[in-house]
Amino acid sequence: MLFNITTFVYLASMLLFFVFLASRAKGVGTAAIAAAYFGLLAQSVAIGLRWKESYDIGFGHAPLSNLYESVVFFSWTIVLIYVLLDLKYKYRVIGAFVMPFALLGMAWAQLGLNTGIEPLVPALQSNWLLYHVITCFLGYAAFAVACGISIMYLIKAGSEESGDKSAGSGIMSMFPPIRVLDDLNYRAIMIGFPLLTLGIITGAAWANYAWGTYWSWDPKETWSLIVWFVYAAFLHARITKGWVGKRAAWLSIIGFAATIFCYLGVNLFLSGLHSYGGGK
Amino acid sequence: MFLLISLAIISIIGTIVPQGTPPPEYVAQISSAKLKLYQSLGFFDMYHSWWFVLMLYLLTVNLVSCSIKRLPYIWKIIKQPVTVMSSSFEQSLSNRKSVKVAGEPTVVSEKLAAFLKTEFAEPVVTEADGIIHLFAQKNPWCRLSVYFVHLSVIIIFIGAIIGSLFGYKAFVNIPEGESVSKVMSRSGKPIDLGFSLQCNQFSITRYPNGSPKEFKSILTVMENSRPVPEYQNARVIVNDPLTYKGITFYQSSYGNAGNYFFLLTDPDGKNEKQIAVSATSQATLPDGSTLRVLEAVPDVSPFIKGLSGPAAQLEIYSASGAANKIIAYGNYPEINSQQARENKNNFIIHYAGLEEKMYTGLQVAKDPGVWVVWLGCLLMVVGIYAAFFMSHRRIWVRIEKGTVTIGGNTNKNQSGFAQNFDALVEKLAAQISREKK
Repeated sequence: MLFNITTFVYLASMLLFFVFLASRAKGVGTAAIAAAYFGLLAQSVAIGLRWKESYDIGFGHAPLSNLYESVVFFSWTIVLIYVLLDLKYKYRVIGAFVMPFALLGMAWAQLGLNTGIEPLVPALQSNWLLYHVITCFLGYAAFAVACGISIMYLIKAGSEESGDKSAGSGIMSMFPPIRVLDDLNYRAIMIGFPLLTLGIITGAAWANYAWGTYWSWDPKETWSLIVWFVYAAFLHARITKGWVGKRAAWLSIIGFAATIFCYLGVNLFLSGLHSYGGGK
Repeated sequence: MFLLISLAIISIIGTIVPQGTPPPEYVAQISSAKLKLYQSLGFFDMYHSWWFVLMLYLLTVNLVSCSIKRLPYIWKIIKQPVTVMSSSFEQSLSNRKSVKVAGEPTVVSEKLAAFLKTEFAEPVVTEADGIIHLFAQKNPWCRLSVYFVHLSVIIIFIGAIIGSLFGYKAFVNIPEGESVSKVMSRSGKPIDLGFSLQCNQFSITRYPNGSPKEFKSILTVMENSRPVPEYQNARVIVNDPLTYKGITFYQSSYGNAGNYFFLLTDPDGKNEKQIAVSATSQATLPDGSTLRVLEAVPDVSPFIKGLSGPAAQLEIYSASGAANKIIAYGNYPEINSQQARENKNNFIIHYAGLEEKMYTGLQVAKDPGVWVVWLGCLLMVVGIYAAFFMSHRRIWVRIEKGTVTIGGNTNKNQSGFAQNFDALVEKLAAQISREKK
């Protein structure tokens, strides 16, 4: 199936990125990014086919209704955001720190989750599902990319601090300058934050339409608010207090950790209104 | 001085934001395991506790004071722009360029003003000591966008307060064929609707695999016991509520409102009699014990292997207060008798079906503040967009005899502006040199 192909292509892309890092051969980098593009394409087709299949079976819903579908979509959005960043800024090597997230998602989805297409429970039968899930996941994906970039930042900054001269020639020379990484981190969050805001608002609008309450302090809602606070703090700290560099990178990583808990932790460990995204 | 004050205030924001997060996190973490416990302890309302609300107020005060501190400065930039580029000011700009030009400053100035108007924005012309200054700017108001975002948070809070003061959330169960004019608020207070609502029918449709596809109530709004024409047989399903006079009804739950029927016999099988047990209350048996129906299914096979047919799970409280649970089957009188023996009940209970009558459970909400909340959300989205993706761009031009000096600056996206600035200057230079020929 196409999803399996996607998983393998992402694996190949990630390995190629690693080889690219080690060898610094330009051709390998091109192959790696080509694999990422191809994987994205294959996955897009696979998601499209799954969508069509759900209509053929007679359920007729977007493939965003359970944990499997959401994890697949998450990894799709991560690669999408990475590809967009690559088109705009052309820092290929970031892929080595972003593709693992996408691969992890796909591998977990394919190996560990129930892949069946299930009918949509009444609570999810709404057009809001599409808007809400898409905005949220694009936001999450931008945060994932920001997290990958922040990890790169910390590695590079760490190696520069330890003062080894080889930083100029080794793997580190493949990394973009730390100033650029810092800026990219901010830019990725700049994409993610408005999307998360929209995601929370569409969620509230939907909740109001379905239950009559736009905010009910459901664990998912609370956690999304926590994530929102973390990134709002990131932006405030950066703009008004000039927190850049390491502290910004750490905040970005903390933000992504909160995002992951908001996404998976809440579904797997806590009960609440979002329980349909749960494990089984 | 100003910087110090703003820094202090900002650091307060910095502490409030992270402080505001652990409490909900804490609640979120215990809510799964101890939901029931903390419902009974009233912890569920933690988000309305005085300290949490106080935190929200503090955040609001902070937003306001922080905005007020900085606003006059920003306002000055917008309302009283520096229209003259002095040489010291020029040094502070990161984008600047000089071009040689021939011609009278006034003529050049007119041309450049026209150029800026078409290519950038209409300039303000200032003349001082024979030097002409042009100043043009784009999106000055986007410097305010951050304050709009802050304002939107406050508007959302106001909407929430309006909702909690003038609105309510309630719940009502209506059996098929019956009507209600009062609903029960979350705090357990009955609220008069001012009209009545009748449930004509409740139905569930299912997918082939048995999972539910649709929960549907057919409702009629009645005013003075007469149906309101447009609200007769209105359909309410999940994700498609009914609103009447500002009160909205949401499909939320359902259940059986009819009677369950049981046949009771003495342990020896004699003295058969039929009893009816309402789904919503309990029945008293002849020996003084009471019986309550926990759940009934038309076919028990998915739950108990090897058995089929109707069954009901019952809870029986003996007169002395001891409780035991049994399952009464429709098709297996021998199991029913065996259970009675094991539990030393005075009766054998056989399940004899139920009356088909459902009730629909509706969530009821009245929230006049919700539009204020949406307004705040809209403002927030627009504000965040403007704050991130629009920038205040300014261009100054100083025209002296023989030279034109151009300077530019932006408050965001420096590299993007630098490119635009270079392109603009190039175009300007090209235009001037073309005219020279």
